[in-house]
Amino acid sequence: MTTTREAVPQGDRDADRDADRDRSTDLRVVTLDGVTRRFGETVALDDVSLEVRAGELVGLLGPNGAGKTTLISLVNGLRRPDSGTVRLFGGDPRDPSSRTRLGTTPQESGLPPTLRVGEVVDFVGRHFPDPIPTGELLEMFGIADLVRRQTGGLSGGQRRRLAVALSLAGRPDLVLLDEPTTGLDVDARHALWQALREYHARGGTIVLTSHYLEEVQALAERVVVVDHGRVLADDTLDAILGRVGLRRVTLRLPDDAAPAAWGPSVTQHHRTPDGTHELLTADADQLVRELVGAGLPFRDLTIQGATLEEAFLALTTTTRGTVA
Amino acid sequence: MTTLTSTAGPARLARLTLLHTRYQLLETVRVPIAVIGNLVFPALALAFFVLPQRAVAADPVAATQAVSQLALFAVISTCIFTYGVGVAEDRAQPFDSYVRTLPGGPVPRLGGRLLTGGVFSLVSLLPLVAIGALFTSASISPVRLVAGVVMVLLGALPFLFGGLAIGYALTFKAALPVAQVVLFPMAFLGGLFLPPQMFPGWLDTLSGFVPTRAARDVLVHVTTGSGATVFDVVMLVAWTVVLAALAVTAYRRDEGRRFH
Repeated sequence: MTTTREAVPQGDRDADRDADRDRSTDLRVVTLDGVTRRFGETVALDDVSLEVRAGELVGLLGPNGAGKTTLISLVNGLRRPDSGTVRLFGGDPRDPSSRTRLGTTPQESGLPPTLRVGEVVDFVGRHFPDPIPTGELLEMFGIADLVRRQTGGLSGGQRRRLAVALSLAGRPDLVLLDEPTTGLDVDARHALWQALREYHARGGTIVLTSHYLEEVQALAERVVVVDHGRVLADDTLDAILGRVGLRRVTLRLPDDAAPAAWGPSVTQHHRTPDGTHELLTADADQLVRELVGAGLPFRDLTIQGATLEEAFLALTTTTRGTVA
Repeated sequence: MTTLTSTAGPARLARLTLLHTRYQLLETVRVPIAVIGNLVFPALALAFFVLPQRAVAADPVAATQAVSQLALFAVISTCIFTYGVGVAEDRAQPFDSYVRTLPGGPVPRLGGRLLTGGVFSLVSLLPLVAIGALFTSASISPVRLVAGVVMVLLGALPFLFGGLAIGYALTFKAALPVAQVVLFPMAFLGGLFLPPQMFPGWLDTLSGFVPTRAARDVLVHVTTGSGATVFDVVMLVAWTVVLAALAVTAYRRDEGRRFH
C-alpha cells in the first residue's frame, strides 16, 4: 500500500485514499491513549485520550498552561509521555520516519537570525522527499519578496508568516500549529488563515492550539477544550461555542431589590461589595427580557463578551465530572 | 507496510548531514567574532609566552613541543566551546526544538556538529603552525606534520564528547562557567601551557590521570618522536569511552527546552 502522494490531482488522491486505506487504522492520523506527562510536581497532561482523523481541522483551546503545548510536543516527537501511548500515522512520533508527513512551526517564530529567508526554507524543505519549491511556498504566504533577507531583520508578522510557511514546506498530511497568529495584525492574520484554509481544502489535516477564541472560531471544525491537563470538552465548533459563547452582564441594583434567585439563563452570579451584580449567561437577550419583565429597578446595564477565562471557568464547573 | 524508504538509508543520512554542516558553517561564519576568538587566542599565547623564551623558541624539539601543546589547546578549546557552550545555547533556541521535529533524526544534527567543529579545529591550527614555522626553530617532517594534525583531532575526542555531555546536560548559563572551569585547569594540568618536565613530582603524577596529559604526551610523541607511554594511550582510550558514554546519556535524556 502506498502512502506517497506527490502531484496527484485531488480527485485521484481521494479515490486512492478511499480505495487503498484501511479506514479503521489509516484514517487515524494522531492517537493519544491514556497519556500522562508530568514536569516535576506539575501534571501537564492527565490521562488524555484523543484521536484526530485525516482531513480534520481541530482547534485545541485552553488558557496558558493548560497542557496544549505539552500535547503538541508529544505528537511532534519532542517529548515522551510518562505513561500511555502516542501514535503519529500509526508509528512512534519519536521515530524520524513517522514524521515525514508531519509539518510543524518553530515556537515563538524563533528562526536562526543570520540565515536568509530562502536559506531557511531550503534547509527545512530538504528534509522531505518532495518539498514545495521555495519561491512557490513564499508566494503562498505573500513573502516572496523577502527571500534574500536575513530572518533577524524581519518584522514579527513576517517572521510569523515564514514560521507557518515552514510547516507546509514538506507537503505534509498533518500540520501542528502552536498559537499560529498570536501578535499578528488583522490583515496578516486573515492572510494566514486563508493559506491554512486552502491547505485544508486540499485534504490536509490541521491541529492548531490557541488561547484565542476568535482564531479557533475562524478555522476549526472540531474543538477540543483543554485545561489543567485534561480534555474538558471535545465537540463540533458550534456545540462548543454554544457552551463557551457566554456574555457577561453587569448591572446595579438597590440591595432590597435583588431577587433571591436568578433565572435559568444565568450560569453564574457574583455580587461585588459595591453593589454591582455580574451575571454570566449564554443568552444575554433573553436575560435582559427577563430582567425587564420582572420589573427590576436596575441601573448601569452593560453587556460584554465573557473573557475566555470566564468561559473556561463556566465550562469547568458545568462539565468536569461528566465529560472529563 | 510503508514505501517511504527514502526516509532511511545511509545516502539520505549523508546528504542531510552535509546539509546540516553547510548551514551550521554558514551561521557561524556570519558571526565572525566567534571564529576569530578561537583563531587568535592560541596564536597570541604562542606569541607572548613562547616566542620571548629564546631557550624554547630556539630549540627545535622544545619549540615543536610548545607548538604541539598549544595546537592541542586550540582544538580542545574549540571542542569545549562549540560542543559544550554552543550546543547548550542552541538547545535554548526555539529553532533547535523545531529542527528536532523534522524527519532527520539525531545523525544529521550530530554529524553536522562534528564536521563543523572539525573544520573550525583545523582552521584554528593554521595561525599556530604558521607562527611556529616562521618565528621559532620548530621543525617537523611533512609526514609528522600530517600525523600530528590527525593526532590532535584524535586527542581532542574526549573533549569533544565531554563538550557534548556539558552541552546536552546543562543550560547555557551553566554550560559557560563549567566549560571555562573544565578547560583551563585541564589544560594546565595536562601540560599544555607549561611542559610537564617543569612540574614537581606530585603534580606530574596527578597529571598522568587527566585526558589532556595523555593526549599531549601522545601528540608530542608523534611530532617529536618521544614522550608517550602505553599508560598514556590507555588513559586516552579510557577517557574517550567514559566521556562518550556520558555524552550519549546526556543526549538521550535531553528533551530540548524544559517547562513547556
